[in-house]
Amino acid sequence: MNDKHNQLDWMIAQARKGRMTRREFVGRTTALGVSATLAGALFSKAALADEPVKGGTLRLGVSGGGSTDTLDPALSASPSPYNILRTWGECLVDVSETGTVEMRIAEEVSSNADATEWKFKIRQGVEFHGGGTVTADDVVATLKRHTDEKAQSGALGIVQGISEMTADGDMVTLKLASANADLPFLIADYHLIIQPGGGVDNPAAGVGTGPYKVTSNEPGVVTTFEKNANYWDSTRGHADTVEILVINDDTARVAALQAGQVHMIDRVDPKTVATLSGDAGVVIERAAGPGHYVFIMHCDKAPFDNNDLRMALKLAINRQELVDKVLGGLGSRGNDFPINAAYPLFDDTIPQREYDAAAAAAAYAKSGHDGSPILLQVAPGAFPGAVDAANLFASSANAAGIPLQIQVEPDDGYWSNVWNVAPFCASYWGGRPVQDQMYTTAYLSTAEWNDTRFKDAHFDELLLAARGELDGAKRKGIYSEMANIMRDTGGLIAPMFNDWVEGRRAEVGGWVANPQGTMMNGFALSKCWLTA
Amino acid sequence: MHPVLKLVVQRVALGLLLLLVISVVIFLGVEALPGDTAQAILGQSATPQALANLRAEMGLDQPALTRYLHWLGGILTGDLGAALTNKADIAKSISSKLGNTLFLAGSAAVIAVPLAILLGILAARYAGRWPDKVISAVTLTTISLPEFVAAYFVIFFLTQVFPIFQPVSLVLPGMGFWEKLHAIALPVIVLVMVVLAHMMRMTRAAILNVMQSAYIETAELKGLSPMQVVWRHAFPNAIAPVVAVVMLNLAYLVVGVVVVEVVFSYNALGKYLVDHVTKRDLPVVQAVGLIFAAVYIFLNMAADIIGILSNPRLRHPK
Repeated sequence: MNDKHNQLDWMIAQARKGRMTRREFVGRTTALGVSATLAGALFSKAALADEPVKGGTLRLGVSGGGSTDTLDPALSASPSPYNILRTWGECLVDVSETGTVEMRIAEEVSSNADATEWKFKIRQGVEFHGGGTVTADDVVATLKRHTDEKAQSGALGIVQGISEMTADGDMVTLKLASANADLPFLIADYHLIIQPGGGVDNPAAGVGTGPYKVTSNEPGVVTTFEKNANYWDSTRGHADTVEILVINDDTARVAALQAGQVHMIDRVDPKTVATLSGDAGVVIERAAGPGHYVFIMHCDKAPFDNNDLRMALKLAINRQELVDKVLGGLGSRGNDFPINAAYPLFDDTIPQREYDAAAAAAAYAKSGHDGSPILLQVAPGAFPGAVDAANLFASSANAAGIPLQIQVEPDDGYWSNVWNVAPFCASYWGGRPVQDQMYTTAYLSTAEWNDTRFKDAHFDELLLAARGELDGAKRKGIYSEMANIMRDTGGLIAPMFNDWVEGRRAEVGGWVANPQGTMMNGFALSKCWLTA
Repeated sequence: MHPVLKLVVQRVALGLLLLLVISVVIFLGVEALPGDTAQAILGQSATPQALANLRAEMGLDQPALTRYLHWLGGILTGDLGAALTNKADIAKSISSKLGNTLFLAGSAAVIAVPLAILLGILAARYAGRWPDKVISAVTLTTISLPEFVAAYFVIFFLTQVFPIFQPVSLVLPGMGFWEKLHAIALPVIVLVMVVLAHMMRMTRAAILNVMQSAYIETAELKGLSPMQVVWRHAFPNAIAPVVAVVMLNLAYLVVGVVVVEVVFSYNALGKYLVDHVTKRDLPVVQAVGLIFAAVYIFLNMAADIIGILSNPRLRHPK
């Protein structure tokens, strides 16, 4: 018994130092007879036990930067500018790691009964880096700038649904063209950083309200920051200075982390994770994000217009094998609808679909298919490891007596000639911040990107009903029903969700994985600290 | 006018004329690319009205000749315009990056050129014997490695096994000279590995070629030591081809080291050019293209002039 206690203490100490991942901790403590729930709670407590340490210089090595990058929030599109924006700027609200709306520049959000009019109360005394405090007018000017086509904003699709914006005192009122209960989640989009005067005069000034001020910016190379002494929230911004280094080369990025030149990096290649686990100074962090790899069938084309055949194929794929072999274990199984735990209002009680050769064979027999080869088109670039995944799928399907055949297509022209054209092919989705946006983009009958030709009137009704539903429990119920409809009748085979895989030095404290986005949803530099 | 001075003036004038021709070629090449800059910027979201507005804003609605003369006029007055993607002033961006490019190339050259010539002389002196074979084998191995592989080797050995240097060559304004030198040590090592063999082999071949001459036999018969023969009599007569290949490698160090810059995240012109080509930022591509062309022309011209000066027959034409 004592021995067990000693081991548990040791593991808690390791977790506290950040040397053990949650999964590893839970796995090893449950092996000692601790319940999984208790193990999870112990881990969270250990990870949070340390008080933030102030001071020092925290460095982030990041991919996806170029000398063409700009500080203009509207034009940000890749990991490097994304992390830079998150460090100097702030939105009205954020989405927390548990999928709730977290107040930032707005301190209160409310809407009318049918979710067509939203009010954001602006926090008083939030200072811009250059001086002056945030007013409701600044907020309206910012949102208006993103609606202007000239600004070429990545958030245009989000703000163009707002028909009227008004500022009154410390209150911003947004009227929507149609009801949307998800507006706070959408307004948390990283492009929508509040800038003085809306940033109309100089959108790339890099002046915002974030925990750090930009001190120098060499696009595509390095951006340096110093602490914003007047920052309103003491739980963010622990280091004195932070730096973002662009290291586009995967190998060099990992080497920089190992050598300690940077404290955190994004996008660790799953192939190198095993090698890195031998380095005591480095911790690999994972977060189950909303991105997923898929095989898509057109529900309106033979033989895929037969739901028994679709079901046979869904039962004939070995999801665990794909997660293990294609993702190197760094992901989770999908359940034939495009939503996972990364989304708010996800129903985790829907049973996981498993590989079942007998059931697949039975469904295939029931479909009355003539036994001619079923063709799956795939290209290496459909998603990383797509051809391997398709071959594994074919072999498990053949074992169930389904004549699935692979046809490998060239990457060149795949997205224009095969995807959304061929009746059965491989593809991927990066995910969306909320369920409504994901379903609306690709599974509504009228959606332009309905790449499974899934058309279900009841499903559409539910989707529209959920948009105006402000009661969280009721919405969750609606989304659960939609998920079940898709899972059982849809054209989507979603075998796996791929994790965000990132690395940090062991001396970095305060890391809390956030499924919403890479590098703790972009806030790694703001929320972490150096323990040594 | 002294014939040598006349020659230099002629060559410089010819070089400038060539640069003008190249500026036309660069401009036409960019013009020949499908689609225009406005389309490249707006992408899928291009509406006819937005395209027309943006073209007018950037002067793309003017005839090609007008735009060329405008561009040329800008370049002659030192105004390279602004990048289309992030509106940064091109001349300002280039000046800092060009400094870094020259610093890296210069540091590599200071090590590589004397080393290559010394090794070449040694290899020629001991032609066919073990020092020659070792030198050739080692330098040919390093040149045969693709640059990124050499870079990974260097990163592995000098940042992981022996943690002496940092894998990312971060050079910030305000860093001291030695600090900067320490930061770029790894790319310098890689570049030296890459350019050494070419210059070494050329030096060796040129000297061995001269060694067949009658006057070398005379020198040997006078009783000079083999090293004295090589150094006093053979090498001065082999300078022209050696200088030509040295200049070629210097030009490569300035314009051809994109891969090394990317692996070490070094802030220099090659990476700047590649980033802007992918975004179709044409004013930058034109400006950097012209600078690279100028470097090539200048170094080749220098090789010619030094070659002529080193040869009395060319120095005193009839």
